[in-house]
Amino acid sequence: MCLAIPARVVRIMGNLAQVEMAGMNREVDIRLVSDARVGEFVLIHAGFAIEKIEKKEAEETLRILREIA
Amino acid sequence: MRFIDEFRDRSIARRIVEKIRMFDSFEVNLMEVCGTHTVAIFKQGIKGMLPENISLLSGPGCPVCVTSQEDIDKVIDLVKKRDVIIATFGDMLRVPGTNSSLEEERSKGADIRVIYSPREALRIAGENPSKRVILLAIGFETTSPLIAACLQDARKERIQNFLIFSTHKLIPPAMEALLKSKEVNIDGFICPGHVSVTIGSNAYRFIAREYKVPCVITGFEPVDVLQSIFMLMKQIKENRAEVEIQYFRAVRPEGNRIAQELISEVFEVTDVFWRGLGTIPKSGLRLNRRFSDFDAEREFRPEAAESKENPDCSCGEVLRGVKKPTECKLYKRICTPERPYGPCMVSSEGACAAYYRYG
Repeated sequence: MCLAIPARVVRIMGNLAQVEMAGMNREVDIRLVSDARVGEFVLIHAGFAIEKIEKKEAEETLRILREIA
Repeated sequence: MRFIDEFRDRSIARRIVEKIRMFDSFEVNLMEVCGTHTVAIFKQGIKGMLPENISLLSGPGCPVCVTSQEDIDKVIDLVKKRDVIIATFGDMLRVPGTNSSLEEERSKGADIRVIYSPREALRIAGENPSKRVILLAIGFETTSPLIAACLQDARKERIQNFLIFSTHKLIPPAMEALLKSKEVNIDGFICPGHVSVTIGSNAYRFIAREYKVPCVITGFEPVDVLQSIFMLMKQIKENRAEVEIQYFRAVRPEGNRIAQELISEVFEVTDVFWRGLGTIPKSGLRLNRRFSDFDAEREFRPEAAESKENPDCSCGEVLRGVKKPTECKLYKRICTPERPYGPCMVSSEGACAAYYRYG
């Protein structure tokens, strides 16, 4: 039930946004992530964006992984 | 897909497993608290990759599974009220109550709609002004802010026929209850990634500090889970108990403030009963006074006269990590996903269903 999937913000319209998720466009509520911008990635859970995915942090995780592994 | 494929890289996964194998001098029980992790771990075949000294226990993080029999019976009673529509996430449909289930009531004509987002429940209310729409508000800190957002909208748009039945629960108090009971030995927690998006890593600090159990907040791809196990093993080996964030592309120490504010605008913390764990102080959310007019329980006073859990079902022990699903006498022989006896076999995130499908 706590599944959330990454999606790219395509358009922002107030509390709502068009996002692209696995090749499909969907409308989601974006009020929980007030600083999201078009082009950025957010996590979608039950029709809401619940957080931004930080690209820098994702790359940092991968860098650490390559280092420890 | 972006932010998914990179974290499924098999060669990185293999190399982390090799690193994990270096910690072979001690035996540990690690608990994945979250049901979404349980499914991910089974689907990805993580158990088979790990050395024998590491046991993974499934925890109480499947919302449908921990819902009390009394709440399920109350929901089934709500369905029978006049002129109501029940909006629910799909997982709840087949959970057996003492005498019936939502699915059974639907086949008898009750108006029950399965929704993906709580926003749909609001829309159904708008389209059916002569009915009252009751949203079964279930889930942990990942989901409760969304319900709060819908209630905020309902208030703003003066939607009068929208109500919720809240069984919302909080994860850290349940983790503490497990540690306090001392029934199982937990050496480290694989902490839920998306609950932590809301509450942040700071919410687990008391567990590391007071109970000396390491916590790592974990993403949901195979490389995430393996890295997190590596981080837990390293903490245990070095005799540290800290809260670390593996999933830091999405989780901040302070969590999502907007989501936290939404929760406290609408809800208040209360003691609630968990299947398997009993009553845990300050572990649930009910509507606060300002939003109590949306409370389906207050409005309809649903009854659960003689709620009884099936005495042969081991769901409770499974949720505490005391029993494996395979140790339940109903498992697979009588209880299957097609004919479930307990919620742990119904919910796709239940440990019994995960063992059955992938075990």
